[in-house]
Amino acid sequence: MTSAGPAAAIAAAVRRGERSAVEAVEESLAAIAAGEELGAFNTVTAESALQRAHRIDRAVAAGEDPGCLAGVPVAVKDNICTRGVPTTCSSRILEGWRPPYDATVIRRLNAAGGIVVGKTNMDEFAMGSSTENSAFGPTRNPCDPARVPGGSSGGSAAAVAAGMSPLALGSDTGGSIRQPAALCGVVGMKPTYGRVSRYGLVAFASSLDQIGPIAATVADAALLYSAVAGHDPLDSTSIPEEVGDLSDALAGEAAGLRVGIVAELSGEDIDGDVSARVTAAAQSLASAGAEVGEVSVPAAVFGLSAYFLIAPAEASSNLARYDGVRYGLRVPAATAADMNAATRTAGFGAEVKRRIMLGTFALSAGYYDAYYGKAQKVRTLVLEDFAAAYERFDVLIAPTSPTVAFGFGERTADPLAMYLSDVCTVASNLAGHPAVSVPFGSGAGGLPVGVQVMAPALGEAAMFRAAAALERAMADRRRAGSASP
Amino acid sequence: MSDRPGSGADALWAAGSPGLGAPEGTEWETVIGLEVHAELLTRTKLFSSSPNAFGGEPNTHIDPVCLGLPGTLPVLNRHAVELAVRVGLALGAEVRPSIFARKNYFYPDMPKDYQISQYDRPINVGGRLELPSGKVVRIERAHLEEDTGKTTHMGGAGRIDGAAYSLVDYNRAGVPLLEIVSRPDMRSAAEAREFVAELRATLVAVGASDGKMEEGSLRVDANVSVRPAGVSRLGTRCEIKNVNSLRSLGRALEHEARRQIELLTSGEAVAQQTRHWDEDEGRTTALRSKEEATDYRYFPEPDLVPLAPEGAWVEQIRAELPLLPRQRRRRLADATDEAPARVSLIVERGQDDLALEAVEAGAPAAAVLKHLEQNLAGGTGALTAAGLAELLAMEESAELTSNQVKDVLADMARTGQAPAAVARRLGFEAVGAGELAVLVDRMIAEHPEEWRRLCSGEGRERKKMQGFFTGQVMRATKGQADGRRVAALLAERAGS
Repeated sequence: MTSAGPAAAIAAAVRRGERSAVEAVEESLAAIAAGEELGAFNTVTAESALQRAHRIDRAVAAGEDPGCLAGVPVAVKDNICTRGVPTTCSSRILEGWRPPYDATVIRRLNAAGGIVVGKTNMDEFAMGSSTENSAFGPTRNPCDPARVPGGSSGGSAAAVAAGMSPLALGSDTGGSIRQPAALCGVVGMKPTYGRVSRYGLVAFASSLDQIGPIAATVADAALLYSAVAGHDPLDSTSIPEEVGDLSDALAGEAAGLRVGIVAELSGEDIDGDVSARVTAAAQSLASAGAEVGEVSVPAAVFGLSAYFLIAPAEASSNLARYDGVRYGLRVPAATAADMNAATRTAGFGAEVKRRIMLGTFALSAGYYDAYYGKAQKVRTLVLEDFAAAYERFDVLIAPTSPTVAFGFGERTADPLAMYLSDVCTVASNLAGHPAVSVPFGSGAGGLPVGVQVMAPALGEAAMFRAAAALERAMADRRRAGSASP
Repeated sequence: MSDRPGSGADALWAAGSPGLGAPEGTEWETVIGLEVHAELLTRTKLFSSSPNAFGGEPNTHIDPVCLGLPGTLPVLNRHAVELAVRVGLALGAEVRPSIFARKNYFYPDMPKDYQISQYDRPINVGGRLELPSGKVVRIERAHLEEDTGKTTHMGGAGRIDGAAYSLVDYNRAGVPLLEIVSRPDMRSAAEAREFVAELRATLVAVGASDGKMEEGSLRVDANVSVRPAGVSRLGTRCEIKNVNSLRSLGRALEHEARRQIELLTSGEAVAQQTRHWDEDEGRTTALRSKEEATDYRYFPEPDLVPLAPEGAWVEQIRAELPLLPRQRRRRLADATDEAPARVSLIVERGQDDLALEAVEAGAPAAAVLKHLEQNLAGGTGALTAAGLAELLAMEESAELTSNQVKDVLADMARTGQAPAAVARRLGFEAVGAGELAVLVDRMIAEHPEEWRRLCSGEGRERKKMQGFFTGQVMRATKGQADGRRVAALLAERAGS
């Protein structure tokens, strides 16, 4: 069994009355304050968090069980709606907007005793891979403040990596949970499309978006995932199937697991230090009894082009509503159309504008078939490629990011270079499959490397099993390393 | 078919080409296709839980979903689908698996700046509507979509140009609409009106719509073109918006056809345009041309799953469909031995059940139809079929005069009382048969000379004397006697 993570430890202690939720929240708030220069949070909800903590402590004192996340501080990406608390998507255009409702994940988090300590920084509307596209300034990587934390859930990954909160929620449209988790050295998981309700997640690309957990350990990630997953009648794309118990999977038994290494994600596009860690991961799974082999999944790579048509196309429509009429920023002008244009010009950052234009073009009459239509066909091919691979393997492994954390400004001048950050992750979104990034040692400059475990739709159990096995192998190596002279 | 080139007339007719003119005395044919938007009678909106109700204080029938607040998602209203299926089945359409699409364009009263609609895969495909006249109009499709809010321009005479500011009411945003698109099968304003009236009656019959054009719950856009009679190719069309009643639909179409004919006659071309009907001015004005048409960038709505109504459910809906106006016309026509068109007014007024029952109860069909049509335009109220049958029997046996029948009928509709009781109360106590005979005999005895003249008289003289005796009887009964029965008695006594 992998070690129960810090989140599970807090919940267990609070439920037993050995530790107060207030103390856990105060500790989290202190860490957030101490790490302010990291820029991980857009809003800290200290007051409401402490109020909730008090309520949980009173409930425990009264003999009630507040739930599996009792007293656990959770950082929430700022594109997940929190009632009465600003939800900005790190964009000027949502300035001043406070949602009148909680996202389904927030309701479930609260119902399980979890405590939202704040809203985390992100690339504007989740468009980016470095959190440099935030209107409120970048987030810094706790492992090296001169480097980006990845993105777009950079604030959430940094918060967990810096110990500001044991758990965080992120959203993943093309890798936005997994890639920052990899760059910050924490666990980040994207569930099967439809496993976690999108109700209350401000849409970027509706057919790709999924909310998922970021945690210090695989077990903690599974804990948060289990708390928020499950069918939601408010999301028509929500899956009715039960989530199921993951404790067997979390034992991390690698024996008998069929593990495929994705051939297309081990070549020249991937830095050598990262590739080496994936190879090491495969070896440790093999020595733990897994059957490991290489498998070709061409779509894992060419999916990127399809992704950069489908995601902007949906975004161009999803972001149309920010028109200055009902909420957020309004730049006055003589006519409604002028007001609309002025508001959007002032309110959106450059990357968001770029993707809106890209998406508008891809959907335009005369271009639809060549771009959006073609991209949807590629998406079908991605599914077919994966289906073929999963005939032979239970899970696939690959790098999460082609590189370790990079420096600020390194890729901002070249959007295509930035887009390549997602090359290893987008295929899971196109397929709607679950995937998780598990820290597996370090690469260049001692910076963390994440290994990605992918599984077929609803294959979370196999995915967590392999992830837990990797985590255990890593822990064993560390122990062996420190024990040896 | 309409695009088929080749006929002689077609070769001479270059639709929309300027400068050709049309020969003096050209006969023109108007071609009309209609798009009808019907608000469906659901309790809640198409994708959210706030009430679907007309009016209300601005922005009170709203919720995060219909306002399109960030993060919200649509959930399809099952009842709206059921109503759409009902209409589809009533129109004889094929109910198909369908998908929703996003129609993207910016407008302040559209909360998401896209409309969730159906595009290339609508729920109802094909169908037909048979009009009372017997004319059949083909239906292209009938699809589900959400309504927008309403914008009110303040200042500047309420028009967008010159308005100081605009207010938006989202109460209507997200109300379920069924857009019913006809084929261009109508050939006159009258036919278009008949189509809308019949469609409205059908929508109301299946419980899909309240059919109130004046409240905007039924809205009609008309595509109009003209062409010389005999030409099969369609002319360039204009789309007419803002017709708010059957009357204005007729006026707008007649005006627009005339406008196009005048253009073509004077050698000008018709430009493909969307035109606005101005009820006060009685004319259409250009809103936008084809060149300015928006690219809606339709794509499948990723927040909804494909809609595939189960076959068993559709069949259940079909089995539960009420009789449609067309079927009710046929039913009453059969029962009364009339043509369907002849009974359409009674069906339109919903008086056909009463008529059928009265006929079944033995009332003469012609009298039933006549009275319902002529004397009960304001509704049948408390009138029962049995009461009507009874009354018509009294009329037939001449217990009441036809004027009295009218009064009794009106009273029955109001009070629901039996005709005999009403007649008594109104003092129409018919002079009984025996009593009348005694009276007639007394008059004969009192006026022997006149009686002799009647018996021996011919033609005019006889008629005159009949009138004399009838007048005497009427005076004696204060008009309560039935003239026809007096005449019959006189004839009987005279032995002719």
